[in-house]
Amino acid sequence: MTTATPAVLPARPHERLAWLLAGRDLVTMTRRSLLRMVRYPSLTVLIVAMPVVLLLVFVYVFGGAVGAGVVPGAVPGASGREAYLDYITPGILAMTGASIAQSTSISVAMDMSDGVVTRLRTMPVAPLAVLGGHVVAAVVQTLMAIAAVLGVAVLLGFRPDAGPAHWLLLLGFVALVALMLTWLSAAMGAAAPSVESASNTPMLLLLLPFLSSGFVPVETMPGPVRFFAEHQPFTPIIETLRGLLAGQAVDATTAGAAVAWCVGLGALGWLWARAAYRRPRV
Amino acid sequence: MSTSPVPAIEVTGLRKTYRDRAVLHGLDLTVPAGTVTALLGPNGAGKTTTVSILSTLLPADGGTARVLGHDVARDPQAVRRVIGVTGQLSAVDPLLTVTENLRLVADLFHLPRAHARRPTTELTDRFGLGDAARQPAQRLSGGMRRKLDLAMTLVGDPQVVFLDEPTTGLDPRARRDLWDQVRALVASGVTVLLTTQYLDEADQLADRVAVLHEGRLVAHDTPAGLKDAHAAGSLDDVFLALTAPAAPGTDTAPEARS
Repeated sequence: MTTATPAVLPARPHERLAWLLAGRDLVTMTRRSLLRMVRYPSLTVLIVAMPVVLLLVFVYVFGGAVGAGVVPGAVPGASGREAYLDYITPGILAMTGASIAQSTSISVAMDMSDGVVTRLRTMPVAPLAVLGGHVVAAVVQTLMAIAAVLGVAVLLGFRPDAGPAHWLLLLGFVALVALMLTWLSAAMGAAAPSVESASNTPMLLLLLPFLSSGFVPVETMPGPVRFFAEHQPFTPIIETLRGLLAGQAVDATTAGAAVAWCVGLGALGWLWARAAYRRPRV
Repeated sequence: MSTSPVPAIEVTGLRKTYRDRAVLHGLDLTVPAGTVTALLGPNGAGKTTTVSILSTLLPADGGTARVLGHDVARDPQAVRRVIGVTGQLSAVDPLLTVTENLRLVADLFHLPRAHARRPTTELTDRFGLGDAARQPAQRLSGGMRRKLDLAMTLVGDPQVVFLDEPTTGLDPRARRDLWDQVRALVASGVTVLLTTQYLDEADQLADRVAVLHEGRLVAHDTPAGLKDAHAAGSLDDVFLALTAPAAPGTDTAPEARS
């Protein structure tokens, strides 16, 4: 039977060529995802609006009182507000990343239940290109959203002290965090049985920043909560962001923990997403 | 191409069970290259499951399925390089324009950029989508969207095309348009396996009709041959005779019992 294969069959691409083609598929799928974001901007606007609203509420409603308790030397009122803006901006930036993760999960789940991905699964497309396109586009979206939210914080009076090297490190670090969050959320979206559950699972990612050093110092929390806050990924991530924005040397243990969490959870998300994409669906 | 020694589709003993519901019980089917075979059968007979297995979307539980000699389980990527699929779900990206949808598929088939323009414009003309080329797919009518769907299926120049209920929900004129497209496709040497609920569609298009009932092939012949064998005036009569609910005591599918 195999000897009778007709000559019209295309040759199997060479192994190295296969990698090149996979890269090309990733570019194609990323372009599609970005185009979809441009065509459907209301989702992006909503994602950026949510952390901005949180920032405003936390600074202008809670800030006057909370700031005095959080930052040594600050007193209730305007001085507390100013101090609290400084304190929570890194946490709000992390929230922005988590909030984009939620929308990534939703758009992946919508895509997977749609006919387009069914078509792609019958085509010789590199399997990871389909989810990879979502992820790369979401990382681009995260960088832009974080820049926008940071811009709002600056308008409110936040003054980062980062030098050029810090900004460069910050860009790389934010991209790494975004990559981790979006691979996790792409997996959640691909594994979700429905679009509704794809929007619920990443709520966990949105809750975690509240249980970290993002909004109040962990030292002020009761024992078990403090233990959790100290040992979850968002605390080292937010502390690294805080250090870089302040232009200070980041504690090596904290930065190392943040990078390790990102690499570990990112790899987990990647493997999970791959398995979920391959799972047959009718 | 019709003289190719390898059948376009070769299925032997194909089995598929969803949880405890057996859908295919050892299906055998051969489709010679360059022909149109219509897969007929009542709802739940296993038509879509067969197409899903052949188009590498679903693994079978037993038996073998080959497309142009490539085993769908062992070498799915080779199968994907030679097939085109239009499923029941609309497989166009609603947010992209007609041209962008076609370009997306062309890029994923790695057609060189300059080259990709030719098949995409050719297909837009062939399917009468030229006026809508810059419109987002979500604004197209049902018939136009189905045409775009089929055009996207053809971008990669497939040798075997699966059409799963391609004309469901289309008005009579759009159906006839689509039939003409399928005939043109076959004239160019492409093999087509189509599933349909419309018996006149099978009569119009198919060289051979395969009737599926409870996961098995109960007839496989030319439309005329089927009508003769059952002394029937139309495929409707043949269909009703072949797919009558099984009498008690015969080997029935679990779904019929529950």
